[in-house]
Amino acid sequence: MALASDKDLAGHRQSQLAIERVVRFVLVSCAATAIFITLGIIGSLFFEAMRFFRDVPVLDFLFGLEWSPQTALRADQVAASGRFGAVPLFAGTALTSIVALTISAPLGIFSAIYLSEYATLGTRNLIKPLLEILAGIPTVVYGFFAALVIAPALRNYGAQIGLDVASESALAAGLVMGVMIIPLISSISDDIISAVPRSLREGSYGLGATKSETIRKVVLPAALPGIAGGILLATSRAVGETMIVVMAAGLAANLTANPLEAVTTVTVQIVVLLTGDQEFDSTKTLAAFALGLTLFFVTLTLNVIGSQIVRRFREQYD
Amino acid sequence: MTEQSYPPNLVTDAVDGVRKRHRKEIRFRLLGLSAILASLGFLVFFIASIVTTGYGAFVKTVVLVDVDLTLDSLGLEDGYTPKDLEEISYRTVARNAIRDMFPEVSGRSARRELTGLLGAGAEFELKDFVLKNPDLVGAPQSFWMTASDDFDLFNKGGAREETATQLSSQQKDWYRSLLRDSRVKTTFNASFLTASDSRDPELAGVWGAIKGSFFALGICLLLSFTVGVLAAIYLEEFAPKNRWTSLLEVNINNLAAVPSITYGLLGLAIFLGIFGLPRSASLVGGMVLALMTLPTIIISSRVSLQAVPPSIREAALGIGASHIQAVFHHVVPLALPGMLTGTIIGMARALGETAPLLMIGMVAFIADAPASVLDPASALPVQVYLWADSPERAFAEKTAGAILVLLAFLVAMNMAAVVLRKRFEKRW
Repeated sequence: MALASDKDLAGHRQSQLAIERVVRFVLVSCAATAIFITLGIIGSLFFEAMRFFRDVPVLDFLFGLEWSPQTALRADQVAASGRFGAVPLFAGTALTSIVALTISAPLGIFSAIYLSEYATLGTRNLIKPLLEILAGIPTVVYGFFAALVIAPALRNYGAQIGLDVASESALAAGLVMGVMIIPLISSISDDIISAVPRSLREGSYGLGATKSETIRKVVLPAALPGIAGGILLATSRAVGETMIVVMAAGLAANLTANPLEAVTTVTVQIVVLLTGDQEFDSTKTLAAFALGLTLFFVTLTLNVIGSQIVRRFREQYD
Repeated sequence: MTEQSYPPNLVTDAVDGVRKRHRKEIRFRLLGLSAILASLGFLVFFIASIVTTGYGAFVKTVVLVDVDLTLDSLGLEDGYTPKDLEEISYRTVARNAIRDMFPEVSGRSARRELTGLLGAGAEFELKDFVLKNPDLVGAPQSFWMTASDDFDLFNKGGAREETATQLSSQQKDWYRSLLRDSRVKTTFNASFLTASDSRDPELAGVWGAIKGSFFALGICLLLSFTVGVLAAIYLEEFAPKNRWTSLLEVNINNLAAVPSITYGLLGLAIFLGIFGLPRSASLVGGMVLALMTLPTIIISSRVSLQAVPPSIREAALGIGASHIQAVFHHVVPLALPGMLTGTIIGMARALGETAPLLMIGMVAFIADAPASVLDPASALPVQVYLWADSPERAFAEKTAGAILVLLAFLVAMNMAAVVLRKRFEKRW
């Protein structure tokens, strides 16, 4: 009897192994999808950008001071006669991001200090999710808010004190973007500050320091590099943000350091270049991919460095 | 011990110093508190201004118009068929009705201003009314008709002068006389939720956009949940610890932080450019959103798999289950609620995402709700973007109204996630 079923068992085992191989293959290919997405992003951006760089030299793109792609649309011109110097876009992106960070860095860090050092557990559990709501609001909603409420308010206020504020200004876009980023900075800073060990604080108290002195002279210096990493991550978010700047910053390139003027950013130009009705292969649409490639590498670099630093300082005292 | 005497100013200096340090302490604490209050204050201001603006989208102004439905004025003869009723020029009937109410008005431009009080959809409302109540034909009727957008804004703005730059003083006078006769009221604007996009603000609604978002999210859920969960299972339960898998891990973490517009470029180049899928379709929108949410779902699914204690796995293996059986029969079911929570949060993010959809052409004006995932479609956030861009003032409140609908969906999804987590959370 036992002999007969041995064969059955072997067959059963065979088929089970086959099933397991199939399942394992499916699992591996699902995990590999992530790699394919990355390759897809890099590949598509890279190939389209290379076609763009055949018409426009890389150096002209990276260091050119004039951006006016619309002239390339006219039929009587050769494709490359539009100006594709991206410096005004980089400057505009930097300007809106700097405004955003000057809002969000102090607010985020001080919120984190209060939440991790002063607030009671109940307050903390109440306020943290409320702050997170700011991160969950869709960016198009922020954009609408910036364009409808903040920009006119700034314009009116500017007129009262004698300043000429553009109706689409880097300040309005950056301000609202800053509010969006507050929870990102505050939650990373909170993590880092909480990772600073008690013994450091108690040493400081033992020497007679007050709580705020301890925070300023012991906790923050220990946490600062980690917080800086968090700010890099926030910068990457600000640089890649699209809808707020599309709706509240300008569309025309403008090389300026004045946040009261309208500027345009890399992401705005990608949207502008690709939402019109032109054929897919024009230099204009290809320019969007060149901008996309630049954006991808800049944000990737910021993310890699930022997350390395944050991870190191989160685990520093473990 | 010998008696020791300190110089008196040393003591007072020390006390002063401590007081100063304590004041500094309080100031520092207030600084932190005010940072939080500023952030939360912004949130409150933000939501309040959206609600006060968007509230107007859900109510509309209607005007009581006496419509002459006698056969004569409808151009019908005795023994008309229901088909004749459909072919009446309701446009003329509606115009005549409002003109009859102000018989003193003459002149082309004055009469045009007068008919401008009625919304662009007045004729269709009238037609629907007649077709639904054919027995009322033959006698004069009083009938509530939707007012035009400028008139609507003027009425809802409390008839203040600055709310109606578009209305002439004559139109304002007509409004006041209608108001005196209690012929103006505001009602719930159901068509905002049931109609699709339109060039006329008083006809525009969000239904088409909701349907487009629903299709796109369905595709997104299907793709990103299956692939994401299976990928997480592989990485957490089967993957060997080597250079490849750690590369994969770093890669996934970085993908989660890639700007969303980049996924739109990928979709444009590959899904539209190489695969030749239709532009503006919610299928492509869903696929792009799936790529975007995949890293988030993988990361949160791994966290919930990690939370299942190893003893479950070991017990299953100990009684003879294969590795795959142990994982799929025992570990995954326990981790599933956590995975679902992460997925819902990922979907909520995808619902609010606009930039990648713009890249694949979901920015067109689309007047009909999509019937399938291949039809050109809009999506809720895209509708917000389109309306926000529109120069007509009446679209501002429509935009805020669409935002309220969007926020309502987001709140519902996040609540679902919280409930799910509370309900199935296990402490091992």
